[in-house]
Amino acid sequence: MIFWVPLMQMIILVFAATYDMKKIDMAVVDNDLSETSRQLIAKFDAIPFYNVEHAFLEVSSGEELLLSGSTDLVLVIPSGMEKKLIRENEAGLQLLVNAIESNSAQLIYSYSSKIISDFNRKLIAEQMGMPAFDPPARVNISESYWYNEKLDYKWYMAPGILSVLVTIIGMFMSGMNLVREKELGNIEQLNVTPIKKHQLIIGKLVPFWIIALFELAFGLIIARVVFKLPVEGSMVVLFGMAGLYLFSVLGLGLFISTVTHTQQQVMFMNFFFMLIFILMGGIFTPVESMPEWAQTINHINPVYYFMRIMRQVTLKGSGIFDMMDEIAGLSVLGITFLSLAIWRYRKTN
Amino acid sequence: MEKIIEVNDMVKQFGSFIANDHLTFDVYKGEIFGFLGANGAGKTTAIRILCGLSAPTSGDVKVAGFDIYRETEKVKKNIGYMSQKFSLYEDLTVSENIRFYGGIYGIPKKERKKKETELLQKLEMEEARDKLIVGLPLGWKQKLAFSVAILHQPKIVFLDEPTGGVDPITRRRFWDLIYEASADGITVFVTTHYMDEAEYCNRVSIMDEGKIEALDTPAALKQTYNSANMDEVFIQIARKPEAKKQ
Repeated sequence: MIFWVPLMQMIILVFAATYDMKKIDMAVVDNDLSETSRQLIAKFDAIPFYNVEHAFLEVSSGEELLLSGSTDLVLVIPSGMEKKLIRENEAGLQLLVNAIESNSAQLIYSYSSKIISDFNRKLIAEQMGMPAFDPPARVNISESYWYNEKLDYKWYMAPGILSVLVTIIGMFMSGMNLVREKELGNIEQLNVTPIKKHQLIIGKLVPFWIIALFELAFGLIIARVVFKLPVEGSMVVLFGMAGLYLFSVLGLGLFISTVTHTQQQVMFMNFFFMLIFILMGGIFTPVESMPEWAQTINHINPVYYFMRIMRQVTLKGSGIFDMMDEIAGLSVLGITFLSLAIWRYRKTN
Repeated sequence: MEKIIEVNDMVKQFGSFIANDHLTFDVYKGEIFGFLGANGAGKTTAIRILCGLSAPTSGDVKVAGFDIYRETEKVKKNIGYMSQKFSLYEDLTVSENIRFYGGIYGIPKKERKKKETELLQKLEMEEARDKLIVGLPLGWKQKLAFSVAILHQPKIVFLDEPTGGVDPITRRRFWDLIYEASADGITVFVTTHYMDEAEYCNRVSIMDEGKIEALDTPAALKQTYNSANMDEVFIQIARKPEAKKQ
């Protein structure tokens, strides 16, 4: 069960948590009804994921559609655009974007303005009567997205979700296990033995460390098969870093279990840390765009380091020397959390 | 006689509640010491202190010659403990449990294997070697837990109500094991509320509301309280406070 449940989560989450634009519903308010405006609309319509569903003559109709949420984008072409273009060499257009989800709104906006400026360029060329083989001198931008060429959002999410799964498995299992012994009462039987505190904590750490690494291996295979996620870097580095990372997560889990008495308390505490760590660690939103204080807090967030490591090693192929900051951060956290767990564990109450 | 447990003016307080009220007693080497009292009299609190699971509020306690405050870990090397609540891992097999506890006490592998075979032979449980504890009858579990608690040949073994919930015959068999351990030189410190078991002890103390009300051999106690058996002795002592209140 500890294997297939997280894997189901991974497959579902990675497919679901995507920002990729699949389809943009669009409405057009064409008050110009000219050759140019028709050409522009046709240009949008020709792009597969733009779906020109409605055409109105009134801006208010387009706004109504936006309000009801049944369209993502309204393009408003004012009357006399073509004339203005010819006479004054410039004309205005309006884009109304449904920005309930700001991320997709930005994407829609940038796609659409790119289409319009493309159209614009062609218009200028035609107007100036210049043949296509001799365009006016201008700067051309050609893009190439490094590390994730096709901007496949799944490649961004898969390593992230995988780090979350490894984290949850490690933290919950180690924390629950020790507290379960408290609930059953067998912790007493251990406490009357001459076992050393660090021996006990290490004994509670190693099995879950191994299980979590297995889980990671399994998850990587699934990511490879289902999402074709590349692992550019070395597997040794990836697992070495994961092993280092797990010390801090398991250490924290064990520390929590030394200060709690029931499994419910552990659940509650784990949930608290987990939510903060994961959401702040940059699974959905880039850490760089978080406020200063949040970035500072992230220095004690093991998930933040591991999320970076996972993405860097899988997509970018980073080696150990590219990740010195992460290694230092995780080492400090691991030693701190484990020491806290050992220090806080009480054989005599 | 050599003292193996020395308790002097021991107090354990939980907030305003005094669980152990100035206890003073000694246990001698090799004896079977019965620690009696009604539920809530403070027996378990005292036994937990002696095992180093709980720190006393005040008083001097020495177990196996070591100070309970400063040399807790040395005490732990020299004692065995079997509680009423739990002793063995239910989801491990008989053999795995023996291996696990043997390992914790640092018994070398070869010796542990020999001990395991002997132990299972003695308990006639060879066939259950690879069975999970959870499926065993309670009487078997108790006998096994006791044997595991003395696997490392401790100087003292603490038994906290070891025979709860089993029939008299099983209890009698359990006591055979206790006698055997005692004959091997292990001091036995046992709490119980079965008065027939009290008769098997060399000496018994009877606790009531955190205090030791009586401590002597069963025979002497019966004489003092002019009773035919320990049951009557116990009832007289336990009823005294009620009489006081009235």
